[in-house]
Amino acid sequence: MVAPVIIGLIVLNIYPFIDSIIMSLYKSQGLGPAKFVGLQNYVKMFSDKQLWQSTWNSVYFVILTVPVGVFIALLLAVLLNSKIKGRDAYRCIYFLPMVVAPAAVAMVWRWIFNAEVGILNQMLGVFGIKGPNWLSGPNLAIVSIAIIAIWSAVGYDLVMILAGLQSISASYYEAAEIDGANAIQRFFHITVPLISPTLFFVVLMRTMNSLKQFDTVYLLVKSTNPAFKKSATLMVLFYREAFEKFNKGYASAIVMWSFVIIMIFTVFQFVAEKKLVNYD
Amino acid sequence: MTTAAKPVSVNKESSYRRNAKFLVHIILIMGSFIMIFPFVWMILTSFKTQGEAIMIPPILLPSSWAPVSYIEVLRTLPFDKLYFNTIVLMLARIVCATVTSSMAGFAFAKLEFPFKKLFFFIVLTQLMLPSQVFIIPQYGMLSAMNQLNTIFALIFPGLVSAFGTFFLRQFYMGLPNDLSEAAKLDGCNVFQTFFLILMPLTKTAMMALAVFTALFAYSDMMWPLIVNMNIEKMTLSAGISSLQGQHSTNYPVMMAGSALAMIPMLVLYLLFQRQFIEGIALTGTKA
Repeated sequence: MVAPVIIGLIVLNIYPFIDSIIMSLYKSQGLGPAKFVGLQNYVKMFSDKQLWQSTWNSVYFVILTVPVGVFIALLLAVLLNSKIKGRDAYRCIYFLPMVVAPAAVAMVWRWIFNAEVGILNQMLGVFGIKGPNWLSGPNLAIVSIAIIAIWSAVGYDLVMILAGLQSISASYYEAAEIDGANAIQRFFHITVPLISPTLFFVVLMRTMNSLKQFDTVYLLVKSTNPAFKKSATLMVLFYREAFEKFNKGYASAIVMWSFVIIMIFTVFQFVAEKKLVNYD
Repeated sequence: MTTAAKPVSVNKESSYRRNAKFLVHIILIMGSFIMIFPFVWMILTSFKTQGEAIMIPPILLPSSWAPVSYIEVLRTLPFDKLYFNTIVLMLARIVCATVTSSMAGFAFAKLEFPFKKLFFFIVLTQLMLPSQVFIIPQYGMLSAMNQLNTIFALIFPGLVSAFGTFFLRQFYMGLPNDLSEAAKLDGCNVFQTFFLILMPLTKTAMMALAVFTALFAYSDMMWPLIVNMNIEKMTLSAGISSLQGQHSTNYPVMMAGSALAMIPMLVLYLLFQRQFIEGIALTGTKA
């Protein structure tokens, strides 16, 4: 009964993974057979400034999105958990961007962020503020994309955190209230430890997704955009090499490097989990 | 704790609570506004003319509600094909993922068989690896099978699901062994026990997996862009991204395209809101 899954996984995932490793040692030559070049792709890659810039872009994107995004989701989840009227309606609204295609999300934000006629800069103009070039300012574009990413994902994280909050028995809070703990003490001494497994899962998932960020950057920052160098994530770099320039070998080396970065983050987070997460 | 009880009058306490509730609503409503505004702006823009859209200062409402941009975008992109492909992709991935994952999840949880540990290790390995690692070889396989630019190509990486297998295994593990033993005593073979007794009990979990699979199939962009050049075989998500090139400054048309692309999932979401939200919550708490 496991046969379909196992055969599928071997054909679709295990074999391709090994194939990617092998391919990263070859140089593709148009339509002809690939040539074995040893570690040359890796040497070329590590001496490319853009690779290091893109690695930083991906990490920076995690720094920009994960703490703020998870904090907002946690805050909203706590507010929604307080027996408030219209909870389901709020939850439904916050989840909305998740069911919209990323391309549609990207286009509408591109319109809002438009430097000359976009609604955001026009509103800022009312207050006498000259709005910036949200999507083409070399240092700003990735921040704007982080804002879009947080906006898109906050509902998803909120739903998971809220489910975690709802599984906490009310008796803990009652006991704490009798002991005279105020709302802030109750939050840090009861809520946070008891939902730490959920929070850990959300942070892990959000980190992985942010490290693999592709579509919004790909759609909003084209290679001719002055912000491209400082916004192109590793996955954008990978996509360009593999499917625009057709350097499959070199692209495979990039994907292996991304894999290493992702593994470093995963290991780091599991070490943090041992220290911070409470499973009692 | 030994904090002295503060002498708070009942009145003051309840008015404090009321104010707090009020503040909470204000924050939540402001948040909701930020969540909804882009969609409202999308719809309003889609009915404006190009001239109205780029007016300074901006105008809120279009002068006419004639769906000019919608007609234009329907002429530019084969939306019937895009809808059809997206729905076929989602259904195929849901069926493949739930059926194969249910079987494997059940077997991993309830059966003993050779190489069980090794096979489970394969499942976990796939979960750890980022999907981009597989993309170039998967593309190569499709190209070798001469299956590029087909709907099958869209479905291909989702034929089986390691996540689904792991997720459903958790549920089968939670089902008591007495159940399968009783079924065995009543003369059920393994397959009957699985299909008739245990599988129906994982209905909520299968629903959750279906929602999860559908959402990710719907929003995935990289894969359709890679395997399908032909717009007739595109998904909605990847298809409308081509509007950016053709109409890079015609915002009403882009907004009309985005609005049309939103509809199918939005309708499903509004109809099955509970299943969506509870399903996603379940994938978070059990996985």
